[in-house]
Amino acid sequence: MNPVATPAAPHVHAPHVQPGEGEPGTVREHHDHHELGFLRKYVFSVDHKVIGLQFLFSGLVFLVLGGLMAMAIRYQLAWPWQPMPGLAWMFPATGGAITPEFYTMLFTMHGTIMIFFVMIPLLTGAFGNFLIPLMIGAPDMAFPKLNMLGYWTMIPAFFFILLGFFVEGGHAAGGWTSYPPLSTIESAAPGSLSGQTCWLMGLTWVGVSSMMGAVNYVTTIVKMRAPGLTMMRLPLSIWGLMITSLLQLFALPVLTAASIMQLLDRVLNTGFFTPTNLLVNNVTPDSFAYGAEAAAAGGQPLLWQHLFWFYSHPAVYILVLPAMGFTSDILAVHARKPIFGYKPMVYSMSAIAGLGFIVWGHHMFTSGMNPALGMTFMVSTVMIALPSAIKVFNWLGTLWGGRIHLRTPMLFACAFVSMFIIGGLSGIWMAATPVDIYIHDTYIVVAHFHYVVFAGSLFAIFAAIYHWFPKMFGRLMNETMGKIHFVGSFIFTNTTFYMMHQLGVAGLMRRTADPYAYDVYQQLQPINEFITLSAFCMFAWQIFFVANFFHSMFWGKRVGRNPWNAASLEWDAPSPPGHGNFDRELKVYRGPYEFSSPEVAEDYIPQTRAL
Amino acid sequence: MRLLFSLMLLAVPILGVWTFLKADEWHTWFPQNVSSFGGEIDGLFNLILYMVAFTFVVTEVCLAWFVFKYSAKRSDKGAFTHGSHKLEMIWTAIPAVALLFIAFSQMETWAKIKFQKNFPKDGAYSVEHPIAEVWASQFDWRFRYPGDDGVLGTVDDLETSFEFVVPVDTDVVFKLRSRDVIHSFFVPEFRLKQDALPGHTIPVWFRATKTGVYDLVCAELCGWGHYKMAGSVRVVSAEEFKTRMAALKAEWFSNGKEEGQ
Repeated sequence: MNPVATPAAPHVHAPHVQPGEGEPGTVREHHDHHELGFLRKYVFSVDHKVIGLQFLFSGLVFLVLGGLMAMAIRYQLAWPWQPMPGLAWMFPATGGAITPEFYTMLFTMHGTIMIFFVMIPLLTGAFGNFLIPLMIGAPDMAFPKLNMLGYWTMIPAFFFILLGFFVEGGHAAGGWTSYPPLSTIESAAPGSLSGQTCWLMGLTWVGVSSMMGAVNYVTTIVKMRAPGLTMMRLPLSIWGLMITSLLQLFALPVLTAASIMQLLDRVLNTGFFTPTNLLVNNVTPDSFAYGAEAAAAGGQPLLWQHLFWFYSHPAVYILVLPAMGFTSDILAVHARKPIFGYKPMVYSMSAIAGLGFIVWGHHMFTSGMNPALGMTFMVSTVMIALPSAIKVFNWLGTLWGGRIHLRTPMLFACAFVSMFIIGGLSGIWMAATPVDIYIHDTYIVVAHFHYVVFAGSLFAIFAAIYHWFPKMFGRLMNETMGKIHFVGSFIFTNTTFYMMHQLGVAGLMRRTADPYAYDVYQQLQPINEFITLSAFCMFAWQIFFVANFFHSMFWGKRVGRNPWNAASLEWDAPSPPGHGNFDRELKVYRGPYEFSSPEVAEDYIPQTRAL
Repeated sequence: MRLLFSLMLLAVPILGVWTFLKADEWHTWFPQNVSSFGGEIDGLFNLILYMVAFTFVVTEVCLAWFVFKYSAKRSDKGAFTHGSHKLEMIWTAIPAVALLFIAFSQMETWAKIKFQKNFPKDGAYSVEHPIAEVWASQFDWRFRYPGDDGVLGTVDDLETSFEFVVPVDTDVVFKLRSRDVIHSFFVPEFRLKQDALPGHTIPVWFRATKTGVYDLVCAELCGWGHYKMAGSVRVVSAEEFKTRMAALKAEWFSNGKEEGQ
């Protein structure tokens, strides 16, 4: 029995407002959970830590799926139309070779899965859930049941996104951006038969889930902080997650509305995005798909692009802001230094989020949108590099003069800074409208967002897993294996993605199944081959992570509450924390980054220590 | 170990710059430029390149150096500082000025290429009298010339597919349309890209400065055959353009008997 869960025990948040805390039923409910069986404890759990781990594991499973698709894409780009060795059984019709329609499906679903089923669930679902109550000293989320529902609405999302692979015509093949009319008209692509409907259903459910999560995160952070924990004493991870949740709250409804509109276009022929008088594959879509009596149209394909990017550009910051937060925390802890410029860090994250809402048009410079709009979007986009630059300088300032311990989480966090510099800087070219005329939809764009999301955010996720693993399972991950994992990942990530910049400068456009159909790209084959081999090595290298993760989960070195001598609140809880998280009363006296302070003998002061 | 990790971080700027220096040799740099505004775009790209390269090298070297220097074993504590207001001001103000400079330096070229009020008016072709209507569809390119009367949509219109013939050193305006889904008209050697949007007619202009045949690439995903939606732009002298138009007219209005069939 956990003492925290009993009403008699000194509750960490006795003076704090908590929804339902005054009702004895709520507390008894917590109490009951511990006596329930495996199913209620690990499957239908309302405990934020278990839900976080559920998001973590499903995210990692989809990461493998998305990664396998990336390997197939790379294979095709290096050796187009060659049969993939050993995969003839999967593609009996072609003897293992990738067909063009399969290729379009591959990159569509690679992007979709990596963004909506891996990165967002890992950053906000897994770490948002796991870290928020622990780092603010709360026993759980504000709405534990809503939290559970947030994970369980992912189940229909998983169902539809996997179902799409098995329907006639295959899964959606209109790119992860799903631009209509390609995605809405059935005769336009095989993936637009039923695959696209599965895609839209899957995405809508992910949106509903993220929405529930975001409401919960914001409420929890605002209402349930431990006494003395002011907003300006929050760890930057929490700021990152808080701002991310606000972005989701404001931007997600737009995407959800847009995907429902596209769904209606597809099933009811509403024609929001479909112009009149199309002739697709010698079929007039009006009569083909829906019956001539429902031949409505007069829609606007650009409308989808505006709505889609109104969400999906802020989504890019949803993919990176929590990662910035984790990196800040990990750098400070392992460099034994207070974060350099805490307030500028918070302000710059807020500025990224604010500006993030007025830059979506930079995805549409060549789309036929009014070019005068392009001018304003260029200025806002270029200026968003400013808060990013401030963050980089502050990270460097944090390292400066520190006493750095190069453990695995620190290595990945430093790599995040290094890779984010590349991904951030390459964005400036894309913001510049005349330059973007040339590089839009080329491999520079591919290099850019993989440096931000893969080399950046995923490295930050690795850092976070290594860093918070002891809190999750009470055991350390193996350092030697972690370092091996880091060295290979760092090298192969760069050999994979760096040369894509040059491919883009050479004009190679993305999403093409066979670049060598054009004379102008003939000379790029050797480089693509090099990139593909690097990508294979990088994928294979992750075995060190998988082995280390599962081995350490059961046989790793046991550790106490605070293996890194960190100062923030989660390290005050037992490792792993029981139901209700904290077993002693918390009162916060200072910020989370009091490292190397001359006031005390040790090199850190926990947030809870009174001096 | 700390040396290894610092060197790995240091390798990023070194190898990063090296691959750019090698780009010409590896043919991973811009294809030749044969349009009047392409040089400006390349120049703006290079302007950003120099500023970005400077920032990239300085920050990455600092990162590697700090990681190396401050990971040494030391008996004392780390520096205890929460930041510096002065430094924050400096590294906010300088990038802000640099970024605004980048943004404003782009505007003139963008306006020149894209704003309709700046489109060529005085030459043979203009928005009102385009050289042709370019139709994109899955997965081919069609080029409809207005014929002798200079008006599109009349009986003397001529049509070709896959090869767009234009005169050299002439301001060419064409109308870009799509029959089905979104496509994109991309000629790497012209530094020109414009999406073809179904339901819209988008005017585009360029001026090719060198005769030759250049790849016309579809740069917006348009379906399973996207990769093979390859056309070309044939830039010819003014005389040859006339000859080719005459030949096209003869072919288009031939009843098939002149060739003795």
